[in-house]
Amino acid sequence: MSGLVAENLTVAYGETVICHGCSLAVDAGEISVIVGPNGAGKSTAMKAIFGLVELIRGRVMLGDRDISRMAAQDRVALGMAFVPQVNNIFPSLTVEENLEMGAYRNPAGFTEALGVTYDMFPALSELRSTLAGNLSGGQRQQVAVGRAMMTRPRFLLLDEPTAGVSPIVMDTLFAMIVEIARTGVAILLCEQNARRALEIANRGYVLVQGRNRYEDTGKRLLANPDVRKSFLGG
Amino acid sequence: MTTSRTRVFSLYAVMFGLFMIVGLFQSWNLSLAILNLCLISAIMSQGVNIQWGYAGLFNAGIMGFAALGGLAAVIVSHPPVIEAWQAGSTGLLVAGLTLLATLLAIRIACKKITNRRLRTLTVALIVALGLIIIRQTYLPATEAIEAINPTVTGFLGGLGLPILLSWLAGGLLAAGAAWCIGRITLGLRSDYLAIATLGISEILIAIIKNEDWLTRGVKNVIGLPRPVPLEIELQQSPWFMTLANRLGGDIAPLSGIFVKLCYAGLFFLVLLLIIMLSERSLNSPWGRMMLAIRDNEDAARALGKDVVHRRLQVFILGSMVIGIAGAMLTTLDGQLTPVSYQPMRFTFLIWVMTIVGGSGNNRGAVLGGFLVWFTWVEAEPAGIWLVDQLTSIMANENPIRQQLLQNAAHMRHIAMGVILLVVIRWFPRGLLPGK
Amino acid sequence: MTGIDLANAAVLLGNFVIVPALVYGSQLGLAALGVTLVYGILRFSNFAHGDTMAFGAMAAILCTWTLQAAGISIHPLPTALLTLPLAGLLTMLLLICFDRVIYRPLRRTRAAPESMIIASVGIMFILQGIVRLVLGPGERNFADGERFLVRARDVREAFDLAEGLSIRVTQVVTLVVTALLVLALMIFLYRTRTGKAMRAYSDNKELAQLSGINPEIVVMLTWSIVAILATVAGVLYGLDKGYLPFVYFSLLLPTFAAAIVGGLGNPLGALFGGFVVSFSEIALTYAYKRFLAYLLPERLEPGTLMQVLSTEYKFAVSFLILVLVLLIRPTGLFAGKSV
Repeated sequence: MSGLVAENLTVAYGETVICHGCSLAVDAGEISVIVGPNGAGKSTAMKAIFGLVELIRGRVMLGDRDISRMAAQDRVALGMAFVPQVNNIFPSLTVEENLEMGAYRNPAGFTEALGVTYDMFPALSELRSTLAGNLSGGQRQQVAVGRAMMTRPRFLLLDEPTAGVSPIVMDTLFAMIVEIARTGVAILLCEQNARRALEIANRGYVLVQGRNRYEDTGKRLLANPDVRKSFLGG
Repeated sequence: MTTSRTRVFSLYAVMFGLFMIVGLFQSWNLSLAILNLCLISAIMSQGVNIQWGYAGLFNAGIMGFAALGGLAAVIVSHPPVIEAWQAGSTGLLVAGLTLLATLLAIRIACKKITNRRLRTLTVALIVALGLIIIRQTYLPATEAIEAINPTVTGFLGGLGLPILLSWLAGGLLAAGAAWCIGRITLGLRSDYLAIATLGISEILIAIIKNEDWLTRGVKNVIGLPRPVPLEIELQQSPWFMTLANRLGGDIAPLSGIFVKLCYAGLFFLVLLLIIMLSERSLNSPWGRMMLAIRDNEDAARALGKDVVHRRLQVFILGSMVIGIAGAMLTTLDGQLTPVSYQPMRFTFLIWVMTIVGGSGNNRGAVLGGFLVWFTWVEAEPAGIWLVDQLTSIMANENPIRQQLLQNAAHMRHIAMGVILLVVIRWFPRGLLPGK
Repeated sequence: MTGIDLANAAVLLGNFVIVPALVYGSQLGLAALGVTLVYGILRFSNFAHGDTMAFGAMAAILCTWTLQAAGISIHPLPTALLTLPLAGLLTMLLLICFDRVIYRPLRRTRAAPESMIIASVGIMFILQGIVRLVLGPGERNFADGERFLVRARDVREAFDLAEGLSIRVTQVVTLVVTALLVLALMIFLYRTRTGKAMRAYSDNKELAQLSGINPEIVVMLTWSIVAILATVAGVLYGLDKGYLPFVYFSLLLPTFAAAIVGGLGNPLGALFGGFVVSFSEIALTYAYKRFLAYLLPERLEPGTLMQVLSTEYKFAVSFLILVLVLLIRPTGLFAGKSV
């Protein structure tokens, strides 16, 4: 099994170009982290990798297969999963129905996957028949990641999963991300909390105005004085 | 304008040619009759264009605003029925004032009383009290009015003023109704405006159909005064006889043509005035802001523009234009026939005109009005011919063929639907695209 | 006032308000369900829905005639019930066709909801043309089978009352078919994987795609269900009140009002909204003179009809409800899709 590689992504909303040919990659069992200032095109790049926005140029390769033109729902069948930053749950469905939707492509494995997800997020198991729209921010985030995990992904894209959650939940989420990667899943993580994220990253990307500014291992980026000064606050 | 001049010119030339063909091969009277309705349609379509093209508002109640124009024509121009006024005006006045007072009281109650249950109770009481008083005064008054000479009048009549004034009055009446609807729905999701306007137009039609004291209801108000001479008078006036002699030809059709030309002249003036005003406003800072709001509402909002208020202005202006056209139509007919207000003809056909012509473009809206009205009129015989051809393989007395031939006139609904869908699907900007 | 008076008053109200409102409410509820599903999945108000109902009813009438000619009937039930599957299928094919040719391309270009409404107006024109071309603009009565389940006279005699209660077969058929169809729809939406996927799609289109749900399949499914709902609603209404093409268009306003009362996009809310509209409409246009005569002492008997609104203004009731909801709670009494 080989990795997910996005090359030269170029995306525009109307006249405004958001991504100017940025490139990202992640391998099985690894964590790649994207950091950068607001409006750098991080979220858009992730959406482009999943086919939710149209590519003007560039391509997305899964192993040696070009999936640039594939519909988003078919990428799920290939083992890709995505947790968007906002609107990442179905508010009028119950928690369990949310998770069931994650297993939509694989109904036979639903019960087993549900057990695994509830083990991962014990809190959700008690909330299973609550409407997801009535949950707190941290609980929603767990439902969102849980839904994505229900697809049994080999490639997991997470767009700022820790935005707006309490420090305790943040710790759990980071621990969990490392745990998931250890099971062989490739994780592409976009994070506001850059220092924290780069610490667990095998590979790091610093995106500025839709372009790759720096690209290195997580450790070396953390050590790079330019990166520290401009993006990590000293 | 981004549209090339040749395109505008050639499309209008085609339209002109069509009128020539009808004039030469059918009759000039028919050609001019179609032209007059085309002119009115163009004004209505322009009103819709102001709402849709400038602000992206979907108004499904064009019929209601046009009917208000028609009502204005009656109220302004019909001679007053003095007896009816004597019989019922006091009662109506009291009922009207009570209605106003009730609405005012509800408003005050909603503002002043903070306790929810108390507020609901008070409002319910006010409504009940208001209703009782209104019923006690309104019903006897209208019955008294309707009892006076019901075969000829049986209604209040109007103010007896020149009917041309009603064009303005119709516009104002429609503007008032638009203000009410707009206040309620424009701050909400766009679908609500469509549904609410659909509702208000049904209700306005129900009112003019059933409030006999106001409009004689389905008994129709006929013989409204005209802004142009009557054909009969023309035929007897010496100067017209001389003119007819000089032109050669029968005097009866000539008088018809003359009268229709007079109407056409009046309508054309109004159309020109409305287009000039529209163009000016569209090119003013106000118009540019409207287009900016239409194209990117969020950005306009972020810049601190009061989007809802601007939309309300546009909605009122557009409805006003439709009201004017409605009054003109009743003037042309010389009568108000409530049952003739059909939503397909008065609301959705106008939409086809606006969309086909090209949204956001005044010349487009006018062209759409012309082309679509022309098609609507000529599609009826064309549909019958088409069905006849298509079913000609069947025996003449075949019941299916008979049935289809009998209903063939409805082919024009299908034609309109297809035209609208083709335009929205493949030419979403219309024949003459706007900015 | 005696016990008999009370019973008479109750029967009178049942006969002229409660039974008709239940029946009309079911028909409106089914219609509103169709509108609300289209809104929930495709996010536009479908102006063609009334005429889709007319088309479904037309298809059922044609099938009924064929069956009648062949001598097939299910007496005492109306033959039209047998034709529902085929008529529904025809309507389904038509709607899916329209989606392929019109709505889908518009979706691809991310057209504004208003453009979708205008497209539905175009479809409305076409449907009106077809329906009138085939059956004409006049009224058609296609209700065969037994007319009454309970006759007014029988009730009067059995209970020795002055007032009678009549229940027509078509009224019972309406209630039973509506209950079955709604039950089936609810089981589908809340108990099956595909139904849940539809609800999920209505909640969040992008996330549904991210869960592997194919939007096109959801949309096709939606049109299929809408076609069945519209056909059944159209046939039930036609059986109960006679088939008249224009009336189906004018049902649009109460239908939209019902869907908005229940919160656009909320299926159970739409059904509830149907009953809110029907009960208000009938209760406000009913003349209570006779009813009050039973309950009040003789000297207080009302002189007028005691009718709040004349029946010509029944659509004003839908409108009033609509305006009230918009003023007080724009998302509807049940949570609908947000503004």
